[in-house]
Order: sequence, then C-alpha cells, then structure tokens
Amino acid sequence: MSVDKQQLWSFHGGLHLPGHKAMSTQQPIGDVFIPSKLVLPLQQHIGEMSEAIVSAGEHVLKGQLLAKSGGYISVPLHAPTSGTVIEISKQVVPHPSGLSSSCIILKPDGKDQWCELDTHQRYQDMDPSALRNRLRDAGIVGLGGAGFPSFIKLNPGARTAIDELIINAAECEPYITCDDSLMRESAEHIVQGIEIMQHALQAKRCLIGIEDNKPEACSAMQQAVERAGNASIRVVPIPTLYPAGGEKQIIKVLTGKETPSQGLPVDVGIVCHNVATALAINNAINNGLPLISRVITLTGSGVNTPGNHEVLIGTPINEWIEHCGGYHDNVSQLIMGGPMMGFNLGDDHVPVIKTTNCILALTEDEFHRNKQATMPCIRCGACMDVCPAQLLPQQLYWQAFARDFDKIQDYNLFDCIECGCCSYVCPSQIPLVQYYRFAKTEIWAQERDKQHSDKARQRHEFRLQRLEADKKEKAENRRKKLAALNASKGKTENQDGKKAEIEAALARVRQKQSLKQSEPQNTDNLTAEQQSKIDEIDARREQTTDNKGPSN
Amino acid sequence: MLTSILTMSVLAALFGLILGFIAVRYRVKGDPVVDKIDALLPQTQCGQCTYAGCRPYAEAIAKGEADINQCPPGGETTIVALADLLGVDAKPLNPEHGVEADIKTVVVIDEQTCIGCTLCIQACPVDAILGAAKQMHTVITSECTGCDLCIPPCPVECIHIIPVKQDLSSWQWPAPKPPQITDDISAGETA
Repeated sequence: MSVDKQQLWSFHGGLHLPGHKAMSTQQPIGDVFIPSKLVLPLQQHIGEMSEAIVSAGEHVLKGQLLAKSGGYISVPLHAPTSGTVIEISKQVVPHPSGLSSSCIILKPDGKDQWCELDTHQRYQDMDPSALRNRLRDAGIVGLGGAGFPSFIKLNPGARTAIDELIINAAECEPYITCDDSLMRESAEHIVQGIEIMQHALQAKRCLIGIEDNKPEACSAMQQAVERAGNASIRVVPIPTLYPAGGEKQIIKVLTGKETPSQGLPVDVGIVCHNVATALAINNAINNGLPLISRVITLTGSGVNTPGNHEVLIGTPINEWIEHCGGYHDNVSQLIMGGPMMGFNLGDDHVPVIKTTNCILALTEDEFHRNKQATMPCIRCGACMDVCPAQLLPQQLYWQAFARDFDKIQDYNLFDCIECGCCSYVCPSQIPLVQYYRFAKTEIWAQERDKQHSDKARQRHEFRLQRLEADKKEKAENRRKKLAALNASKGKTENQDGKKAEIEAALARVRQKQSLKQSEPQNTDNLTAEQQSKIDEIDARREQTTDNKGPSN
Repeated sequence: MLTSILTMSVLAALFGLILGFIAVRYRVKGDPVVDKIDALLPQTQCGQCTYAGCRPYAEAIAKGEADINQCPPGGETTIVALADLLGVDAKPLNPEHGVEADIKTVVVIDEQTCIGCTLCIQACPVDAILGAAKQMHTVITSECTGCDLCIPPCPVECIHIIPVKQDLSSWQWPAPKPPQITDDISAGETA
C-alpha cells in the first residue's frame, strides 16, 4: 500500500477496545427500501428547529422541500420519497429523553418520483458563499453524530483561508462500519466532495485520517486521491486507539496542534469534517441531491444479518430491522450510536435521522456495558490515565456527586467529550459519564433559570415603576381636577353677579312696563280742558323719562 | 520629640484629607450587597418570605433583619449561594415559609370560566397576565414565574397550576443513583 508516511502525534490516554467491526462489513452496502411510512422530525440537527411548509394531505415529490430553516443555525428538510403528508404531529424521537417532538409523517406512494432538481453548475465557478448557501438548501449537516449544519463549518469566518482541512474517517467506536464501507465503495465521490470543501474553505491542504484497522478503505481512498491527481490531499493511516475520531483528538494526532480549551479547531486554523459529510456534499453540489438518505450500520449479535444499508431519513427502526432479517431471539438492548457514546432506545418505533450512524442490538453480556451494581470510588486513578481530554474524571465525579456546579467548572467539565473511557475502565462500575452529563445539563438549566429570573426582575421593576407612575398621574389628575373645580366655583360667583345685574335690569324694565300699563282707565269722555292737562303732564313725564334714559 | 509629633500630625491630617476626598469623590451609590443578594434570589416575587418581593427580602437580609432560609422557590441552591456570599453557615429551609417544590410550575387560566374581573392581573408581580375588564384573560406562560399569587384573588377559581412542559432543549439527564454499599461489603470492611 502506497500511503504517505508522515509524522504523527499522539493524544493522552485512550483505550484499545475490541473492534467487533468485521460482522457488518461482509456484505456491500444494502439498497434503499421504502417503508410504509416515514417519520421526519423537524429537529434533526443542532440549532433551531426547521419550520414545516407543507400541510396534511399535500402530495409531495422526492426531494421536495418539506420544512425551511428556522434560523441561521438551522437547515431545511426534504421529502425522502414521493408520497402524501399524513399529518404534522408530536412523535417520539430518537433522543435519550424519550420525549416527543414535532414530526412530519409521510406516507410513500411507492412511485419514488423525483421533483425537478436544480441544474448544477461546476463548483469551481461558484463563489464559496454561494456554495455554502447551496449546501444549506440541501439540508446538509455533519453526519458524524453531532449534526451541526455543515455550511457554517465551511465558513472560514474572519480568516480568508484555512490552513488544513481534516477529514475524519477514523470511525473509532467499536461495531460501527458505515464510513468504512462508504470509503470502500464511493472513494471517488468522497474525494470530489473533499475538493468542494477545500474550495469553500480555500484550504491549503487536506488530511484524511483513517484508523489503520481499515486497510481496504485506506487503499481505496489512496487510489481515488491518486486518480484525482490532487497533491494537496493526503491519506494518513492513524493508529487504532479509541477515541481517535474525537475532533480534538484527530487534530492532535494528525497535526500535533492542541485545540484550546472550550475553543474551536478554527482557532488553530483547522476545520474538521466527517467523511460521510464529504460524500453528501458531493451529491448536493455535483448532482443537486438534497440529504434524504444516509448509510447506517445495523449490527450487534441481537440482529440476524448485520450490515450497512442506505436508509431513507425517517424510516422507523423496527420496520428497517424487520426488512433486514429481524432481531435475534436473545436481543436485550437497542442502542443508537456506538456502544461507548450511544444511548439506549426504549422504543424501536422511532425513526432514523440525519445523525444516526449505527443501530446496535446487543444481547445479554455482549460488550462491556455497566451491568453490575455501582460500588464506591476507590480512588485508583484509572479514569485519569485514560482520559483523552486530560481531565481529572475522579474530581469531576466528586463535584458532580456533591452537586457543586461552580467547582466542577473549575475542573473544565465542558472539555469532557463524553467518550466513556473513564466509565469503561472504572473498577467500581461508576457511571461517570452519566454524572458529567447530569452536571452539564444541570448547569445549562441553572443558566436558563438565571436568565428567566433576570427577566422576571426587570418585569417586576418595570411594574413597580409603572404603578408608581400611575399613582403619580392619578394624584396629578386629582390635583388638576380640584384646581379646575375651585376655579369654576370662582366663576359661578362672577356669573351670579352678572345674573343679579341682568335680574335688576329686567326688574327695572318690568317696573317701567308696569308703570306704562298703570295708565288710568277712566279717560273716556274727557273734556277738552282735561285732555289738554293730561297731554301736558304726559309730555312732561315723557321728557323726564327721556332725560333719565341715557343715565340709566 | 516635637518634630516627630508634628510630622505624625501633618501626615495624619494629610491622609485624612485624602481619604475624605476619596470618600466623597468615589461614593458608592446604592448598596452593592443588596444587589448581590437580589441577584441570587429567584425573582418569583411570591412573598413567601413575608416580604413584599425579592428586593425587599434582599434588603432585609442585608440589614440582618431576615434569615437566609426563608425562600422556598430558591430552595437549597439559593440558601447555599447566599451562605457563600455572606460568609455564614447554610441551614435548612425554614418550613414556616413553605417547602421547596420538586418541579417547576406555571399557571393557566381556564378561559371558559374566566369572567374578566382583572383581579389576577392586579395580583401578578411580573405583568404576565394579559386581559381587560370583562374580556377574557390569559397567562403569558413564558413570563410566568409560578408564584401563584394570582390564585387567591380569583373569584371563580379558574386559574390552575400546571407543571412546566419539558422539551428536547430543556430536558436534563437524571442524576445517577449513588453507589449502594451492600451488607457483604460493609461486613468485609468491618472485618
């Protein structure tokens, strides 16, 4: 095998685990089958939930958009096959909590009819940012397990270029072989995907790290790289040591660089992607295909025919296992992920999602899982020797046990990658990782509570202010009203005065009228002398009233 | 002798002036201890501590009038944090003020029964109830602190307590069971 010999480094701790990989690599990757229904959770990635844009009863085609991004850190979701949307409802999703979440339920029509795909253009002619948008629209997330939207990790950010792109093909967990078989069968397309990533990141060189227990995959990749004639890509076999596939660990092994505590690889000029993601990126850019299926390992002594299969996202696990030969009689445990970092599935009706890389059905006594009763810590320090993050697992355990969540952060709890090495070697069978997971979620909950209480304080203070302001305003209004009332009282007095004047004037007029009306009635049959006397008096009176008039 | 007395007096006067100036110039407004205590309290404003809200309780603690174990919503976590801040010994929650709840709750208004009296709106310390006179009221669940102060004033008993719903983002891993020492082991140890 002609692979480059280059200097390698090593990380602290780690474990040599029994591989159990051969059982699932005997057959080529199995074909896609269409189940009776597909359950598509709207949250299959890290970040915000996607927003459904279809409604119940709608007929959709394969590859059609079902849900759009719910924010920046989010990706859309596409129909894995053609069919009818039955409903959008809460269904149990594959998650350690066993909780339900919003899902789109699709009933396939069996025609598997594609929608019209975007005509693709050469990636070399595309701007890196257009390339990233294209990848987001294709719904591509990291397929290694965490499910972080890939387009964000393909952004060099403040840097204009990245020194090294690392392709993580270590696949260090026992039992899992999906990346192994992908590399054996689709090495050429993977290399094309890697070139697209290099273009997006403007990465100077690319290292493909493959554990040396996968010689076939290694040589297939090497040949594909040689055929591509790209001198900046190198295939590097690395020693098989769990967890060499951890992001910080593979970076250390390949480049000798330490990713800072609570930092990102991009801080040291490196971006790390999973090998299956590279293939999905090739499919999205060169063929215009959204992420609607992936290769998953079905393995363990609990199933009749272990192997790797291409599975539609949303396929219920029980239907898939039934299709692939069913359970063995003595199956006792179903795990999503590997035996070290996976979680138990209580219900096999849950669907596979974008981040599912393995379904492991174990029988009683198979593989080392904590079964015996937990015993007290004997302070042997074995956990410390194997910790790949160079933490002090025993100290973390004591602090988590005592629920001292401030102290535990002083011991860098958040640098723990939950690889499970410490629990594996613990002679007292203490479920150490479970303690760390408990402590992490507890700390996050406390932070959420703090934010909530800060908001409550603000609202309460605002309310007090508002009540105070209301009180002041009422007092002010009362004062104003009172003042207005007093003022109007003064006015009424004035009005009274005016009224009196008017009254007086009226009285005078009435008096005058009454005077006029009090003319003597016995004025008929007057003698001329009497009449002239009367006229004289009248004239005089008239004169006096006329004189008085203006003075009035 | 005289020189040294003079020197000391001049120095004392000088430092006195400097200190006096600094005391005026860099005067701390408000009481920082009250703010720190208030920051540790859960801000439910429920009044179970017998004070009118979290801040009055914080002020009472700062003055030494109230004990640190009177806050049931905060529970043990708050007591430990307060003890840490004030340099006193933590003590168990005073049962006179209530018991620590196992799960977080919020309230909901049964909108069919609500008569729109606004009494609950006046009782809510964080303005988390929306409504107007003779109009249906509703609780803004995301702002509800679970203080339950709105329940006693309601004349038609249409306000109910419900546990806060868990979703994938708020779910917490359970604490593992502590190691159990079986009889065999303890017998072995004593032997």
